[in-house]
Amino acid sequence: MRAKDEAEIVACIPQLRRYARGLSGDGALADDLVQDTLERAWSKFSMWQRRGNVRAWMFGILHNLFVDHLRSVKSRPEDNAGDALPDVSDRARQVDQLEMRDLDYHLQRLPPDLREVLLLVGVEELSYQTVAGVLGVPVGTVMSRLSRARQRLRLELSGQAAVTRIVRVK
Amino acid sequence: MDHKNFSDPVTEADLHALVDQQLDPARQAVVASFLAANPEQAGLVADWRAQNEMLRAHLDAALDEPAPARFSARAAPGRHPWRAAAALAAVAVASASSAWVVRGEVAGRELMLAQANATGRQPPGAHLAGFAHRAAVAHAVYSPDARRPVEVGADEERQLVTWLSKRLGTPLRVPSLGGVGYVLLGGRLLPGERGPVAQFMYHDPAGRRLTLYVTRELARKPAQRETAFRVGVEGPVSVFYWVDGDFGYAVSGGIDRTALLRVAQEIYRQLDRT
Repeated sequence: MRAKDEAEIVACIPQLRRYARGLSGDGALADDLVQDTLERAWSKFSMWQRRGNVRAWMFGILHNLFVDHLRSVKSRPEDNAGDALPDVSDRARQVDQLEMRDLDYHLQRLPPDLREVLLLVGVEELSYQTVAGVLGVPVGTVMSRLSRARQRLRLELSGQAAVTRIVRVK
Repeated sequence: MDHKNFSDPVTEADLHALVDQQLDPARQAVVASFLAANPEQAGLVADWRAQNEMLRAHLDAALDEPAPARFSARAAPGRHPWRAAAALAAVAVASASSAWVVRGEVAGRELMLAQANATGRQPPGAHLAGFAHRAAVAHAVYSPDARRPVEVGADEERQLVTWLSKRLGTPLRVPSLGGVGYVLLGGRLLPGERGPVAQFMYHDPAGRRLTLYVTRELARKPAQRETAFRVGVEGPVSVFYWVDGDFGYAVSGGIDRTALLRVAQEIYRQLDRT
């Protein structure tokens, strides 16, 4: 692999982490996904025919791994034990902690396929066409998922007052 | 989204494309004038924009976090799964077969305290002795942890200090390192050689972390009440350590030695003013 290609892969890491964090709502799981994505990218790069750009290709790998992960969690629900622990490293960074936690809560309540589209479009700022390529679906599907995702998040956030906040006991 | 004619009616897809800046300028103008006449749709667009902004504000923190070291390791064919590799890396730091020590100035005193304290107890090959070695290992174990690097965060600094002071049996002070570019992330209690020790973690805006290890397990004899700075290296971690009264301090970090020395001097300066 040429140094330039390597550099291109490494340059994707921050965005991959941001995307994985939003997808999984969990820093440790997100970094596992990114790590697995990187390993797959290193090993498959030579076989990849450079159809499209490196970034979209890597988001596609992460998407496939995320789908695998969802499948495995479904069959082994006990693996989720402990995932609800608060993310300490974020504490110092986030001023509006409760608000952010609420947002994350609502984001994680979206079905995974809607969450993916919302994040790839709204946060990663990929074009609809690129998102279609990343997810392997037609552009029309991207648009309808985007529409449903935004509608649901809007409802969730407007109904926020009704959601009971978890009070920390310490 | 650029196939629309000027006269096509505005669809929901247009509204999304406007929010996501995926409309060509001509169409953008059409949609904008549509929204001016349709406040309800305009409200929708504003909400969607707000969603994007909130999501970015929430997730952008992940962009600046220090990448775990494992990310930079290229996978070789037949390599262990990363989890095993990460565990091996931690063990390698602990056994420190390639560690070496640069002795600092000892200021004319026979203060091999840190070493003496650990004589015969170190694993073979571990050149960084005593509490400095333990501090380096604790740094290597906890500082890369993205999720739970500290037990109590800086947002509860007072509780943190009260708790650790109680456990170490003496009032502790947490140096404030803003002047050298680091802020407190939090701290934790750790087992030392014979009792509890405290570890405080700091980070800089780039996400680089360093730890301050504070132990009271040291000096009993008056002659051993103070040492000058010493520096050692344990794998990728540099450690500055010194003894002051009952306390042993070690500052560990993966940053360059000059920067770490500056931090150590600042900590020494602040703690010396008691």
